[in-house]
Amino acid sequence: MNRFIGFVKKEFHHIFRDYRTMLILFGMPIAQILIFGYVVSNEIKDVNIGIYDKSKDNVTQQITNKILSSGFFILNENLNSDKEIEVAFKKGNIREVIIFEPNFAQKLKREGVAEIQIVADASDANTANIVTNYTKAIIQDYARNELLAQGLPFQIEPNVRLIYNEEAKGVYMFVPGTMALILMLVSAMMTSISIAREKELGTMEVLLVSPLKPLPIVIGKVIPYMALSFINGLVIIALSYFVFKMPIQGNLVFLLLETLLFILMALSLGVLISTASKSQMAAMFISMFALMLPTLLLSGFIFPIENMPGVLQWLSAIMPAKYFIIIIKNIMIKGSGIGTVWKETLILTGMTIFFLIMSIKKFKVRLE
Amino acid sequence: MIENDNIIEVKGLVKKFGNFIANDNLTFDVRRGEIFGFLGANGAGKTTAIRILSGLLYPTSGDVKVAGFNVYKEREKVKKNIGYMSQKFSLYEDLTVRENIRFYGGIYGMSKKYIKEKTELLLERLKMQEIQNTLIKSLPLGWKQKIAFSVAIFHNPKIVFLDEPTGGVDPITRRDFWEMIYETSHSGITVFVTTHYMDEAEYCDRVSIMDQGRIEALGKPGELKEKYASQNMNEVFIKIAR
Repeated sequence: MNRFIGFVKKEFHHIFRDYRTMLILFGMPIAQILIFGYVVSNEIKDVNIGIYDKSKDNVTQQITNKILSSGFFILNENLNSDKEIEVAFKKGNIREVIIFEPNFAQKLKREGVAEIQIVADASDANTANIVTNYTKAIIQDYARNELLAQGLPFQIEPNVRLIYNEEAKGVYMFVPGTMALILMLVSAMMTSISIAREKELGTMEVLLVSPLKPLPIVIGKVIPYMALSFINGLVIIALSYFVFKMPIQGNLVFLLLETLLFILMALSLGVLISTASKSQMAAMFISMFALMLPTLLLSGFIFPIENMPGVLQWLSAIMPAKYFIIIIKNIMIKGSGIGTVWKETLILTGMTIFFLIMSIKKFKVRLE
Repeated sequence: MIENDNIIEVKGLVKKFGNFIANDNLTFDVRRGEIFGFLGANGAGKTTAIRILSGLLYPTSGDVKVAGFNVYKEREKVKKNIGYMSQKFSLYEDLTVRENIRFYGGIYGMSKKYIKEKTELLLERLKMQEIQNTLIKSLPLGWKQKIAFSVAIFHNPKIVFLDEPTGGVDPITRRDFWEMIYETSHSGITVFVTTHYMDEAEYCDRVSIMDQGRIEALGKPGELKEKYASQNMNEVFIKIAR
């Protein structure tokens, strides 16, 4: 036992003395969660717009109020001529201008049709798309209510209702995904690199010559990363809860247990990778390409699995991250317990055991 | 364990890597307490042999006994009786001198108290008290090598294997290092050392000279010089390798 504690202590020294490791361990999760939270978001908030109301009647006023009270838009200026539109865009303060045609309310009453022109700054095409979609949705919503209130013929509208994430909040998507990605990366990559480093530097030879058995070597290598990954998991959950207001509907202890299971899986995968790589470089590349990209692309984190071609769907079924993401989403957003996610939990447990056995079997007691 | 004069007994050792024969039917003994030089050019198969002796590699065939135990079947017992210093010195660069000593003492299962006492003695003998809390990576090569050697014999093994311990070190440090080897030998530890510096062969009690996986000559340096009618070991080696 004494040997073992000394071994773990040594491992912590390695981690704490290498600022790059520290940076990857603690800088990366925070940076990633903030980046995914703020940048890779398809939400808009406080977009500056201009309004050019050529009609200035009660209907245009109502629509304007509705748009401005939605929380997505801020009125930057009221425009009074076509010329001002371009000037306003060139100043760069606004992303969108909403133009009501003259005699808007009258036309709507008489002809049943009135025109609103939405002009958006598409130099940022993505944002322009999102912003105009939001605007259209608000206007359609108004039109629908208005039409119904006036008892006009019933109109069929696609009725999309998002459950659990009524506002289609991006944070619900990216927190579980980022968590899976970071834990995978930190646990698997860091352990595989740290074992590969011992091989590269020749210290592994000395360890293997010593009476220390392979299992304590592997466990001693893994424990520090397990502890640090778990702290990472806590940081991510805390950040998403406090900064991005991600709910935790389910049991926190259960959530943490599932997180621990996923970490264990990633760690054993890391050990397995290290048995196949002779150098730190090799370990890093294998982790990057074999773990990070598939986790990013195939786990359902960014692209929905349902839309993938059959082969890729099949591939995504062997991505551990896929199951972890399902579990986390269920616990955090829906408040599910083990009754709902027992299948995914079982799959993850199976994977963990498989990787563990494989890596202990393959961990070479001798250099060959 | 049968007490006899041979601490290492190797009979018909063969090691193949695919079609390449790294060790071709080696047979030799190492006597208790001697300094045994294992000489040869780069790639002659010295490192392979030393790895087999220390249990890092399986022999393809042959019978290898170290400290009375079969390296193939009784590896754990062999491990407790040997020390090993690899070509790369194998210290942790990001640990301090003291931490390295403590770590290696620890993995051999020595008690904290014992490690502490012995570390003090060791640091004093190496005159390294002042740098005991310096990271290994900031030390010169010669110092690392001395520490690595001290660490390899820290647990009082019966045999210590040194794989090219003096590679890349200046002549003065090499001399100092050989002083350490002598001291170790006097304290009763058998020293098995590989090298390709032929002048170092003169310091050994007995040497074997390897060429292309085979042992071509074995004996006391004096005997070999006589046999090959040479002034020094360098000439002996050149005559054999030709």
